[in-house]
Amino acid sequence: MSIGSDEARRLLWQMVRIRRFEEKCAELYSAGHIRGFLHLYIGEEAIATGAMPELRDDDSILGTYREHGHALARGVPAGAIMAEMFGKREGCSGGRGGSMHLFDVSRRFFGGNAIVGGALPLSVGFALAEQMRGTDRVVACFFGEGAMAEGEFHESANLAALWKLPVLFLCENNLYAMGTALGRSQSNVDLCEKTHGYGMHALSVDGMDVLAVRDAMQRVVAAARRGEGPIFVEFRTYRFRAHSMFDPELYRDKAEVAEWRTRCPIERFVRTARERGWLDESDLAAIEREVAAEIDEAVAFAHAGTWEPLEELERDVYARAPAAPAARA
Amino acid sequence: MSATIRTTYREALRMGLREALARDERAFLMGEDVARYGGTYAVSKSLHGEFGEDRVRDTPLSESGFVGAGIGAAMNGMRPIVEVMTVNFSLLALDQIVNNAATLRHMSGGQIEVPVVIRMTTGAGRQLAAQHSHSFEVWYAHVPGLRVVAPATLADARGMLWTALQDPDPVVIFEHAMLLPMEGELDADAGPVDIDHAAVRRPGTDLSLITYGGSLHKCLEAAEVLAREGVDAEVLDLRTLRPLDVDAIVASVTKTRRALVVDEGWKTCSLAAEIMALIVEHAFYDLDAPLARVCSAEVPIPYPKHLEDAALPQVGRIVTAAREVLGR
Repeated sequence: MSIGSDEARRLLWQMVRIRRFEEKCAELYSAGHIRGFLHLYIGEEAIATGAMPELRDDDSILGTYREHGHALARGVPAGAIMAEMFGKREGCSGGRGGSMHLFDVSRRFFGGNAIVGGALPLSVGFALAEQMRGTDRVVACFFGEGAMAEGEFHESANLAALWKLPVLFLCENNLYAMGTALGRSQSNVDLCEKTHGYGMHALSVDGMDVLAVRDAMQRVVAAARRGEGPIFVEFRTYRFRAHSMFDPELYRDKAEVAEWRTRCPIERFVRTARERGWLDESDLAAIEREVAAEIDEAVAFAHAGTWEPLEELERDVYARAPAAPAARA
Repeated sequence: MSATIRTTYREALRMGLREALARDERAFLMGEDVARYGGTYAVSKSLHGEFGEDRVRDTPLSESGFVGAGIGAAMNGMRPIVEVMTVNFSLLALDQIVNNAATLRHMSGGQIEVPVVIRMTTGAGRQLAAQHSHSFEVWYAHVPGLRVVAPATLADARGMLWTALQDPDPVVIFEHAMLLPMEGELDADAGPVDIDHAAVRRPGTDLSLITYGGSLHKCLEAAEVLAREGVDAEVLDLRTLRPLDVDAIVASVTKTRRALVVDEGWKTCSLAAEIMALIVEHAFYDLDAPLARVCSAEVPIPYPKHLEDAALPQVGRIVTAAREVLGR
């Protein structure tokens, strides 16, 4: 596959951008600027990077609590994401959601969902709305393989297949549901096979290879747009870091992590891009400089952000705020 | 005076559904057996023939899946009316309702709207035993972000749905199963009604009977019994269970100075408990007697009729409790 220098540069830029952003998040977490749960996407960057550009602006995206990379790849500004992590009102969710609840409706990025499997039924409804309106928009729902043990996955898969909805079930299989290995939680570790009973198209893709992800997404997005959905895609991947910042990683061998690190999607793509002559040393250095500047700016934006005034605590619980009880003498 | 028609609560619900589907092309009804079967309680009977199977849509038995799909469709511009057969099964969809529908507006900093309507039957009284006799209105009324309404009259059965569908936030409608065959007169031109205010169904001066849903008619009957004893009871129908119409509750109690709350939910942590707390907070010094409540017995609702009757609020228990509040 030949993609040319511009496309190669864009893919590498996006992966490096996500990687460096996540590394900065870890640092800022240790410094106490980011609190709550923080789940890093390091190691899995090729998926969001390869997948997101294949979706149109009017398609809808739903994700998980490990969604910083998806938000960045969808075009949510890095500053708005970082400010959200800080809990500042300039954040993409007004500071209300934090790391696990990034929203940007203007970019049809509908979160950010911290309940495993929680976005799957929503994605079915998003796709149902598109089908009922007769559009050719598709819905992309990212989730981890852990969600496939949830009833909501099976209910959603059945509904989507029954109604032939334009939804892409994009499973990021990083082999661990928090700390539980796939083989310890699934009766059948062949995830595509698990979906066959629903009569759904299913394919498995090397999620460490951004070109493979991009190629698969081009095909499944086109098919879903033609009305051939739903489609299930397993992206085989691995997270290099702990599940969250509270995870001592007792459940996996260091050797396993080290082995997967040799398949780093960034290093792999850099090798390919050099071999094919798409990129050279100066391009790589320029990307690193550009990304570093953007992240510095994002961090500065987050630091400069403001706290939502306490008076606004109850704003946006309802569109129509309930009336306060009348004052009595 | 406008003409009236003789109808039932069930038919009034159907009129509301028909109006919603006819007036708003974004509206559709979705749930278990709502289409070909005509609705478990025959509420949606014939609607799929009128509006087609796209807009009156049978779902698999996947409460979390199709309630979540309704929430997603609402986020994406539709106006779904999701019927969950009964409140008992809605527990399987609690995650979607509580973690998604109720949170998304606030958690997204006001970006997301979830204009979904979720309807379900509630209540006991038909010897269906413990798993089909729950009254969990208070579980939903506990949650910020949800509006919870309970139509107890034909006009509300007819008119609450459209208003709920216009609301930009998720609304849960509880339809009491025992009211479905209830007959009565309804204005021929009855239409949408407000879903913000409680309603005095029987004005009185001596005691406030505060209730909602299926218990309203028991309270009205109890008020008639009390009237024969010379007690003029006021009956307040809450109508909306979240947010509660505190002003109406306080206005009634400050007038009558005595209150008895009647709620088919279990007593512990009940809606009745919340209403009593509100009265204590807002009208304590206006009270002439301790507050009281009639709730369901704290047991899984049993199957045999005599035990089921004994477990639920009944006219006799309401009258007895009212007499105690009145010191009689």
